[in-house]
Parts: sequence; structure tokens; C-alpha cells
Amino acid sequence: MKLPPFQMLLDEHGSDVHRYLAARVGPVDADDCWQETMLSALRAYPGLRHQTNLRGWLLRIAERKALDAHRAASRRPVPVEVVPERPAPPAERPDPALWQAVRQLPGKQRAAVTLRFAADLDYAAIGRVIECSEDAARQNVRAGLASVRREWVR
Amino acid sequence: MNTAEFVKRAQAEGLIDVAYAGVDSPFGHLTAAVTGAGIVRLAFEGEEIDGVLQELADRVSPRVLEVPARLDDVRRELDEYFEGRRNAFETPVDWQLSHGFHLKAREACYAIPFGSVLTYAELAAAAGSPRAVRAAGQAMARNPVPIVVPCHRVLRTGGALGGYGGGLDVKRWLLDLERGDSLF
Repeated sequence: MKLPPFQMLLDEHGSDVHRYLAARVGPVDADDCWQETMLSALRAYPGLRHQTNLRGWLLRIAERKALDAHRAASRRPVPVEVVPERPAPPAERPDPALWQAVRQLPGKQRAAVTLRFAADLDYAAIGRVIECSEDAARQNVRAGLASVRREWVR
Repeated sequence: MNTAEFVKRAQAEGLIDVAYAGVDSPFGHLTAAVTGAGIVRLAFEGEEIDGVLQELADRVSPRVLEVPARLDDVRRELDEYFEGRRNAFETPVDWQLSHGFHLKAREACYAIPFGSVLTYAELAAAAGSPRAVRAAGQAMARNPVPIVVPCHRVLRTGGALGGYGGGLDVKRWLLDLERGDSLF
């Protein structure tokens, strides 16, 4: 397969990847994750073989960077008593509290829901990113939505 | 999504194998591409940019990114040339898109000084194969770096213009420029 110029990936999928990461790790960490995702992709790009779905490939890298960010965040000291005020995140998520609830979901459900609704992937594509079957991807989205709904209603 | 920061970091890591950007000219918008070795491609406005970039991805490296800053020297030299203030380019040529006799013919063309012309037959001879006139013509017609590798300085025997990738008006304009006629 011919690989398109990397600039084309950046133009066509860069903002999707960013939207996915913003939903996945929050707007504050999304920028760093996006940089790391794109740098990793560019490093590996010439060696890529048999890759027909470049968007899925980028989102898979983004998912790994999101996991790295979560691990790093869990090691960060947690401030107590006084919660520092953060600047308002960019208004790209219609409902930040809802996405906050999505980020509380267990790993695969969190990734699946985010891929479905922030990156607009179908279930087969979600399966390729989180490495499970199409049915399992659908199941993860359904289960994730159910617990978000429970949290939300409460 | 901070694309500029990404390009900066990619650059610092040496991950951009082909950098390209637009360059304005008196005859429209050109696209120039450089590698670490020099200028590898210059495309006229009429050429389809997606095809030009895909060819670079296929034949040089898919790590192709738009980096206007990497083209600053090329842009400045071309500006000076178009304004009649420069008659040789300092940016080296990356010859990797040229092979065999085409490479020899283009190197012979590269040696034609500003303001001089050769015929296709003379170019073939200069490239070491006096009978390969038609191949010399093809090497010029498919020159990946026109202007810098001055294929406009190659004419038909008898002085007819022959052909030009950027159109005969551009060839005429460049020859006039080098004769000193077109400057106001």
C-alpha cells in the first residue's frame, strides 16, 4: 500500500485524534498526549506495512498515550483541602461533567464510549482500536453507557 | 491541537524527511520541497499538488510535512533570481529523483551558466551521449527541479523554444530575464 504524505494524516485526522484525546484524558492533558501521539506516529510511519486504516492506527497510538497519561496522573500527588482553581477548559466538549463520568469508567468501556461518541467510529473500527471483536466493542459501549446513565441519574 | 509545536519537535528530532512549502513567483504559486541534501522538487502552479506530494512520499519518504521555515533560503534565493539580483543558486540540489542518463543530462544542464543556452543535441553531447538527443529532451521535460536546474536554457537547434513543463510563456519569461530584457 502507498503511504500518503504524513501532512495528509495531520490534515485529515489530526483534529479527530485531538477530540478523542480531549474526551479521553480531559482538555488539559490532551495537548501533550496529542503531541506524543503524532510524534510516535511520525517515527513509526515509514515502517508501516499493510495498513489500510490510518485513522484507526492513529487512534490506537492515541489510546496508548492516553493510558500512559492515566498512569502518570495516578502517580501524581493529590492535592488536599485546597483545590487550586483551574482555568476553564476549552469549550469543545458540550458537557464536561458527562465526559468526566465517562472517564471514571473501567478501561475498555471508557475507550469504547469515547471512540464511539467523540471520534464517531463504528463498532468494527472501535474493535480494531481496543483489540476486541465488533460484538465485544458494542457490548463495551452499551455497558459503559449504562453505568454513565446510572451515575448521571443519581 | 498545536500543529506548529508538533512540527517544531519533529524537526528537532530529525523526523521530517521532506519539507515543503509554497513559494510565490511572477508566474504563479510554486511548491518547493527540500530534504537534508538540498532541493529535491520544484513544482509549477499547474501541477497537481496532491500528486506531487504523493510522488515525494513514494520515492523519497512518506515523512512529508509542510514546513515553510525550512524553505526560507530557497524562497529568498528564488525571489532574488526573479528580481534579476541573483544568477546562481547556493542551495544544493538533491538528485535522488534522477537516475541513469537523465541524471547525467540534468547535471550537464545544471552546469549551463546564467544567460547561456544549449541545444538539446549539445546537451546530449555534454552528458556523454551525443546521439541521445530525444532522451536529453525527456530528461528536461521531466526535470524535477526546474529553474534551479535550468532546463529553460536548452533550446531546439535553430533557436526554437522546444517545450517547457511550466508552459512556453514561462520559458520565454526566464530567457528574457537572463538576457536582461524583462527588467522594467
